[in-house]
Amino acid sequence: MAVAASAHAGEVQIAVAANFTAPAQQIAAEFERASGHKARLAFGATGRFYAQIKNGAPFEVFLSADEATPARLVAEGEAVAASRFTYAIGALALWSARADGVDAGGDILKRGHFKHLAIANPKTAPYGAAAIETLNRLKLLDAVRPKLVQGENIAQTQQFVSTGNADLGFVALSQVFRDGRLTSGSAWIAPDDLHTPLRQDAVMLMKGKDNAAAAAFMAYLKTPRARAIIGAFGYTNLDH
Amino acid sequence: MLTDADLQALWLTVRLATTATLILLLIGTPLAWWLAHSRSGWKKPLAAIVALPLVLPPTVIGFYLLVVLGPHGPGGRLTEALGLGALPFTFWGLVVASVIYSLPFMVQPLQSAFEAIGEWPLEVAATLRASPLDRFFSVAVPLALPGFITAGILSFAHTVGEFGVVLMIGGNIPGVSRVASVQIYDYVEAAEYLNAHRLAAVMLIFSFLVLLAMYAWRPGVRKAA
Repeated sequence: MAVAASAHAGEVQIAVAANFTAPAQQIAAEFERASGHKARLAFGATGRFYAQIKNGAPFEVFLSADEATPARLVAEGEAVAASRFTYAIGALALWSARADGVDAGGDILKRGHFKHLAIANPKTAPYGAAAIETLNRLKLLDAVRPKLVQGENIAQTQQFVSTGNADLGFVALSQVFRDGRLTSGSAWIAPDDLHTPLRQDAVMLMKGKDNAAAAAFMAYLKTPRARAIIGAFGYTNLDH
Repeated sequence: MLTDADLQALWLTVRLATTATLILLLIGTPLAWWLAHSRSGWKKPLAAIVALPLVLPPTVIGFYLLVVLGPHGPGGRLTEALGLGALPFTFWGLVVASVIYSLPFMVQPLQSAFEAIGEWPLEVAATLRASPLDRFFSVAVPLALPGFITAGILSFAHTVGEFGVVLMIGGNIPGVSRVASVQIYDYVEAAEYLNAHRLAAVMLIFSFLVLLAMYAWRPGVRKAA
């Protein structure tokens, strides 16, 4: 075991947007191995974390699903301005658990041969807001509105689709993508010009600003190893 | 004050709780009667099953319902074969969930009420040549009326207070599954605290009045007994 590191071993509490669950778990595991620190992760909707952080939640680092929420936390004095950076740019995918559920062009949306279309709650989940934006740009929002079902966050949205209760859903590509291909089902990736880019920002929260483990985690997110993991889940990396 | 969306959520909540309570009366009454009078070996296992929703986290019930009632589950295959479609994301799906979730709140007070009557009034009625059905409706139901009222109010109130199961199988659809508790959760999640406060206050006052009404009934029950 890491005897030398244990003298300085700390702990960091991290709030992670639900779409980043799988890569965050992998990054945290490697971070713990490399640093000797312990990373405690909580997953949920970005909007929920915002409300919790405003009300004194003990999170020290926040991996948001957008850039607006971390910016707002900085403006409101809840986060450290200089720490904010984009750790990933997400992709929005129309996904079905069935192999023939979604065609390559996403035309199924126009044909309307489905009963339920799952999205994440657009009020609290950036991927839900991006889904609404996409449907709006495609001029399909009014047509599909009666078929919309909402997950509380993007993880529940995917679960509605994977259990077959919803034929289709707008999920984060990272939930259904690994090492260059879909893990199951079929998907259409919504082109970037249909929605505001899903730039996902990380920020150090005030509670973590004196915690070495929190600083170490923020730094680890920028390492080539972490960036490789992020890329493997279908996110676009930015140069820092 | 309350927005149209709030009123829609409240009205949906009332419709859901009323429907579930009426169905629970139909299912729960014979079940409670059987539990009160049976000497079968199945009595205790069945009583335990009825009480399960008291103990199980709503997430367990929600998860099973999502899987079982979904199009790939046995319940979902059945409802689709019957032409009803899959139940999650529908009002009737929530009714089914609420009936399961609130079952002990209907059955247990009724069972106690039936047991409190005892065998004697029914035997007297039988010697007067009352048929079993007549004995039930003319003797047992009036004597157990306070039990029916308690069971009805508790089932209704418990369904109004339902949240986790609805969140898991409802899909948050306005007018279909966005009940008051989910609407409040949405407000809190989006940090719209003023809206949350208004609806939460309505729920608080409603719940207090329901319980007050129930306890106000209680002394009468004791005198009658």
